[in-house]
Amino acid sequence: MLASIALMMVGKIDALSVDNARARVTDAFAPILDAISRPAATAAHVVESAVEVQNAFEENQRLKAENARLLQWKQAALRLEAENISLRSLLKATPEPTSTYITARVIAAPGSSFLRTLVVTAGRRDGVRKGQAAIAGAGLVGRVVEVGEWSARILLLTDINARIPVVLERSRQRAVMAGDNSDQTKLLYLPPDAAIQAGERVVTSGHGGQFPPGLPVGVVASVGERGVRVQPNVDLARVEHLQLVDFNLPGTETDPSHESK
Amino acid sequence: MTLTIWQRLDKTGRNLAPFAVTVMLVLIGLVPVPMPGYAPVAPYLTAIAIYYWAIHRPDLMRPGTSFLIGLLQDLLTGGPLGVNALLLVMVHWTVMTQRRVLQASTFTMMWLGFALVMLGVACVQWLAFMALNATVLPFNPALFQALLTMACFPAVAWLLIRVHRAFLQG
Repeated sequence: MLASIALMMVGKIDALSVDNARARVTDAFAPILDAISRPAATAAHVVESAVEVQNAFEENQRLKAENARLLQWKQAALRLEAENISLRSLLKATPEPTSTYITARVIAAPGSSFLRTLVVTAGRRDGVRKGQAAIAGAGLVGRVVEVGEWSARILLLTDINARIPVVLERSRQRAVMAGDNSDQTKLLYLPPDAAIQAGERVVTSGHGGQFPPGLPVGVVASVGERGVRVQPNVDLARVEHLQLVDFNLPGTETDPSHESK
Repeated sequence: MTLTIWQRLDKTGRNLAPFAVTVMLVLIGLVPVPMPGYAPVAPYLTAIAIYYWAIHRPDLMRPGTSFLIGLLQDLLTGGPLGVNALLLVMVHWTVMTQRRVLQASTFTMMWLGFALVMLGVACVQWLAFMALNATVLPFNPALFQALLTMACFPAVAWLLIRVHRAFLQG
């Protein structure tokens, strides 16, 4: 029992070697976790498809309407892209560094009351680096906190240790988004008079140099006594695959030139 | 009477069963379940296994073994090192002090005993995470996790009894 308390101390003090040990062990167990997570995923698919068959007609109607709307958006986006390119060429703006994507499957999600992490099947040999953003579909999921040879651990937005600099899209109000182990996150360091409405989109601000600005994160769910709560765009309980993005931002932890130290 | 090498291997293999089953439960606890709101209250299966084996085969589930399994769980879940190790050793130690009572009692009594142990686990886990994160955390997730683990106890215990009978009797 004393040994476990001692271990807690060691874990607090020598976080680096603990991280390494953890990455090793996770690596060793990754194939087993991968194997046992597959039947679970299949079972979930079977249940889900049964539910979907029931709603197929309504879903089809809804998707048709959505598709029509999205086609209009696509036109707008193409027009803006062309305009952007021509304006950039006028200004001689430096092009943003290109991002590289690594797609990985989620193989473990520890069931714990006080932790929100995922383990995915991609590691150092696939190009994963500490600090990379993890995104899935509609937005940010978390960031890479630990990298093994062929597995990596993602700290989800909702974990109590997650802090992400964000900006509210309409009011341009900056804040830090913090997890508190619940399904929603909260915004810290907002001025008391900030006019924030529910429904406003929250995107990364790019401060701190971890993530590029403008990455969608979530939507303000409620503003009230308990602070401003944000509903993440992605349903974090259902993430099956995610993309690890290396934005190649200069001077960050993910920058390869820092790796050689 | 001397045992042949195969008999010895067989015996060692069987004696590893409690350890192997418990490690299996650690891994099962890591399987992603696509159900909203499940992860925070996912049952703490390892505690059930440690509790069961500490009652029935303490010779095969020593405090050191509990500690190692807890450590493995800490490493795999990515949480602060030592919390699960502490919890499992605590479960083991509690059982050791009450072993005579628990071994002689009925299944219902065993279940009740586990419920009490699990409440203790929930409290210690909550306190440990608060100390390590240096913040105040809500107690509810830990409480619901404890309740769900209590509800899972008969099913997991049934499985463990089957393993016990299949590998370690006769």
